[in-house]
Amino acid sequence: MQKEEPLFRIARLAPFMVILLLTVPVLAGLAGTILPAFSYLPALGGKAPSPQAFRAVFAEPNIARSMALSLWTGLASTLLSVLIAAGVLASGFGTAGWTRMVHLLSPILSVPHAAAAYGLMVLIMPSGFLARLISPEITGWQNPPDILIPGDPWGLTLIAGLVAKEVPFLLLLLIAAMGQIDAARSLQMTSALGYGRLAGFFHVLWPQLYRQVRFAVFAVLAFSATAVDVAVILGPNAPSTLSVQLVHWMNDPDLAMRFTASAGAMVQLGLVLLLFAFWLALEKSVTMVRRHFAKGGLRFLSDRIATGTFRFAGWLLALATLGGLALLAVWSVSGLWPFPDAMPASYTFKAWMRALPAISGPMATTFEIGFLSAAIATLLCVLCLASPLSGKAANRFVDASLALPLLVPQTAFLFGLQIAAIKTGLGYGLTALVLVHLVFVMPYVFLSLRPAWKSLDPRFALVAGALGKSRTQTLLRIELPMLIRPVLTAFAVGFAVSAGLYLPTLLIGAGRMPTITTEAVALAAGANRRTIGVYAFLQAAIPFAGFVLAFAVPAWLFRNRAGMRAA
Amino acid sequence: MKKLLAALSFSLSLSTTAFAADPDPANWPSVLEDAKGETVYWNAWGGADNINAYIAWAGGIIESRHGVKLVQVKLEDTATALAKVVAEKAAGKNEGGSVDLIWINGENFASMKSQGLLLSSPWAEKLPNWKYVDADGKPTVRTDFTIPVEGLEAPWGMAKLVFFHDSAKTKAEDLPKSAADLLAWAEKNPGRFSYPMPPDFIGTSFLKQVLSERVADKSKLLAPVKEEEFAAVSKPLFDYLDRLNPNLWRKGKAYPQNYPDMKRLMADGELDITFAFNPADGSAAIAAGELPDTVRSFIFPGGTLGNTHFVAIPYNANAKAGAMVLADFLMSPEAQAHKQDPKVWGDPTVLNLAALPAEDKAKFASLDLGIATLKPDQLGPALDEPHPSWMVRIETEWKRRYGAGN
Amino acid sequence: MAEADNHDSGLALQSVSIRLGERLLLSVDTHVAPGSVLTVMGPSASGKSTLLAFIGGFLDKAFSASGTVLIDGEDMTGKSPQERHAGILFQDPLLFPHMSVGGNLLFAIPSAVRTPSERNSIARNMLAGMELEGCFDHDPARLSGGQKARVALARTLVSEPRALLLDEPFSKLDSALRQQMRELVFSLARERGLPVVLVTHDPADADAAGGQLVTIG
Repeated sequence: MQKEEPLFRIARLAPFMVILLLTVPVLAGLAGTILPAFSYLPALGGKAPSPQAFRAVFAEPNIARSMALSLWTGLASTLLSVLIAAGVLASGFGTAGWTRMVHLLSPILSVPHAAAAYGLMVLIMPSGFLARLISPEITGWQNPPDILIPGDPWGLTLIAGLVAKEVPFLLLLLIAAMGQIDAARSLQMTSALGYGRLAGFFHVLWPQLYRQVRFAVFAVLAFSATAVDVAVILGPNAPSTLSVQLVHWMNDPDLAMRFTASAGAMVQLGLVLLLFAFWLALEKSVTMVRRHFAKGGLRFLSDRIATGTFRFAGWLLALATLGGLALLAVWSVSGLWPFPDAMPASYTFKAWMRALPAISGPMATTFEIGFLSAAIATLLCVLCLASPLSGKAANRFVDASLALPLLVPQTAFLFGLQIAAIKTGLGYGLTALVLVHLVFVMPYVFLSLRPAWKSLDPRFALVAGALGKSRTQTLLRIELPMLIRPVLTAFAVGFAVSAGLYLPTLLIGAGRMPTITTEAVALAAGANRRTIGVYAFLQAAIPFAGFVLAFAVPAWLFRNRAGMRAA
Repeated sequence: MKKLLAALSFSLSLSTTAFAADPDPANWPSVLEDAKGETVYWNAWGGADNINAYIAWAGGIIESRHGVKLVQVKLEDTATALAKVVAEKAAGKNEGGSVDLIWINGENFASMKSQGLLLSSPWAEKLPNWKYVDADGKPTVRTDFTIPVEGLEAPWGMAKLVFFHDSAKTKAEDLPKSAADLLAWAEKNPGRFSYPMPPDFIGTSFLKQVLSERVADKSKLLAPVKEEEFAAVSKPLFDYLDRLNPNLWRKGKAYPQNYPDMKRLMADGELDITFAFNPADGSAAIAAGELPDTVRSFIFPGGTLGNTHFVAIPYNANAKAGAMVLADFLMSPEAQAHKQDPKVWGDPTVLNLAALPAEDKAKFASLDLGIATLKPDQLGPALDEPHPSWMVRIETEWKRRYGAGN
Repeated sequence: MAEADNHDSGLALQSVSIRLGERLLLSVDTHVAPGSVLTVMGPSASGKSTLLAFIGGFLDKAFSASGTVLIDGEDMTGKSPQERHAGILFQDPLLFPHMSVGGNLLFAIPSAVRTPSERNSIARNMLAGMELEGCFDHDPARLSGGQKARVALARTLVSEPRALLLDEPFSKLDSALRQQMRELVFSLARERGLPVVLVTHDPADADAAGGQLVTIG
């Protein structure tokens, strides 16, 4: 029999490490939340299981409204995100502005949710930049109009904030999926058959693409319905979404509220499952509609207005995120800036001077946790991909564990995990934080690296083997260098995910390991807008630097190799 | 809930006897010795950067003088710190807890005290700088929202409810002089006033101000809420709010998150009247470039709420000695004078200026309290804080009635 | 025993059969002498490439195979690809894009050749022999199609293979180039005494190879 090389003997363990690192925290945390949800937590005097806590949840004032709001904002933002991402791809793919748009994706994606949400807010609120631009000259407003934004009762601002972040995420995955199907030729074929751009895309490409990004869509659905940081900044507050309520309950000094919070987390899990069921039904009906139209053979040739709208929507979302961020940068150096002045009356670096000494600690923590978790995740991912498990069942198990943290709402297992972290003595430390961050970082690193790794022509490895090279040599000298861009990008994605994590850092770090994100969200509640500008700017700049490096390092290393250019 | 508390206090009585080796501030040199090299995790509301900067300043000093490192755990809500202590207790972590010091008063103090979550041997009045505290002139340093402090928390600053307006936009003679006036003003100027959404501390304080002004029998508020009387006693407040809320900013469908948020809204031209629990807040905001220098403060001549805010040490704190060293420094004339400077924070002192050494007295005398700060004798009488149970009860009732403002 | 003697040199395939599930894809029992060519012909998707994978040691686990592969009398069955030294050429040149042309060759030269100067001269001589002198430092992506094909061949040859496996290596070249490459590959194989297995669907390839012909599918 062939002898196993040492590196690959280790690599064989990687999938099991991944499964362990993902399932143990999630399942243990889930158990730690389910038990108190049924009023069982002996340490707090809950000794007999009872549905009491659930009764308490439903007795909370306005709980029905909170639940409905979570369902509605989650569903609406996911639907819109999928529609816009697909529409932008269908209308833009292969057009003149396309590459420019694709280049904008990574920077936009690297903006953490909290910073993007805050940027959007200072852009569109009644006293925001857009209103200032046209006031008082056009509007006659000396004072901002009394309009409920953000926090409108239908959660439209919240939906907009979620869409602005989810569209680039889905788009990036869709573009990766386009590489795996023969997209350009399929589109040529449908247009040769006389179909319009959108119709051709919808009939031929979409079914194949959707299959590849389906899991991510469910993750978006789960995330949108349970997001805390975006909902705090942009969501309605009377009442707020269920996710925000849950965190309030969890932090309530009244011990009994722990039970309510746990039961609420279970209710939230139920809502997410409900959304999943609804989405499955939706998928079925969309397929039926598509088949119906395909039989009819309608061409929808004149779709100029629709494609134009999608392209416009894409640019608008990109502008909203990047413009909001630029605006925060201006705020960070502004002196007095009263309404309706479009630009500050004076500029000062006071906010930076004041923030910088305080920010160095959180920055260091952000880098430490981000680097460690992204590096571990990338390493494990590379080892898993280099030495795939034999057997479908095992691979399915890896996939299932990767899906777990993205589909189970954070609150459902973080509440329980917090108590477990304290019990095991791991609480508050760097180790506990890195372990928790890994739970969220790993799925995205896999999501990012796997398609690229799989799209590498396997014959390169065969050639190297035939040239007499061992598998280790092949991995280190052929596969890794050829895949350096996606590997570094996956690392940057992992780093960005870690840097942007709010709730896990807050609950497991117990605020003693503040990162730039927990600081930024804490400040968003009410601090000086200049200080928030400083934090939000840095919060976005850190992960962005990761993407810049992931682009620049391979570009410099292989500056003389045309075959290594970014696709 | 009662059962739960009983179970807790039982387990606590076991645990407190088990850890008798708490530092004793009467023997201060040994406290200083113990504190050396400790890291104090101070859980303090982190929503205002001037306060955060002040805390960082204090951290720098105690590190260089006493070798105590300070980390501010910035909270959005002080209740979070309580929740952590509670979670640790649930997990059986009775030593080496994650919270060493909490910025606290009122409801949270009452809750921690009754649940036995605080360092149980009275320590605050044994701190060296306690001798300067104005315990006679400022009775709230010993009675926190009607609850006896009993040395379980050390006073840090004085609070008094003060209102602000922009003199360039609103005339001083049009300003309201009572809660009743304020309602009339809001009806005449709809959308130009609001209060932070309860359970925000300042938001609930505004509700208590209105209740204190309008309640028929003030003595009812000094005792715990009697459920059977609550509806009748609180009726004047909710009648008032039923009329006020529709005339608020965003018609009461949304609320500012806290008082710095109100300050932001004033700067954005969204609000004409705001308030804070700090008389110098307007001057501090002017100094920071957050508000125009035309902002001025005013009070209700009939009196506004006044109280004291404190720092407390949890029963399972990891750095108890370090926390005491910090608490003592925060009470020192040096730290108190620095804190009262509006360019720093502007928070009024808990000390008796008359009792200070001449040099320290001079420090306070040289402070420029700022253009928007009223003199101490212009601040009007202080209304007593109601019993903390009122705060809790008003919050839930408010949430029930107006929580779905949409 | 006499049979085995016969197979002391060259490539022997003894009762090789490859199956996908129940379906028998191919069954071969033959000997390819040094310098001669075994051509396997069949339509696409007939599974003819699986024979190369079996010989090279990288047959996908989805297939099941039986039989023995001997190179110069040494049993290769069960050995890892890198122990077999069976050089392979695909229809794409598959030059490593992150290395220079010379880097591709240096990577392929066996590590037994230790001194850098010796390795360099092997690579340069091989390039010169293929009319590629001066291309050592070039970026492989910037070569013409014919140049790339020759670099791929050069890379295989410097690795000192004991057999040559060709998977439709000429199919992507235009017809003039195709003719040149065929001649180059077969003459070099003869020169070096390498047994060659050629998989193709182009009868012209089989004609040019001139050896045994197996048709499957």
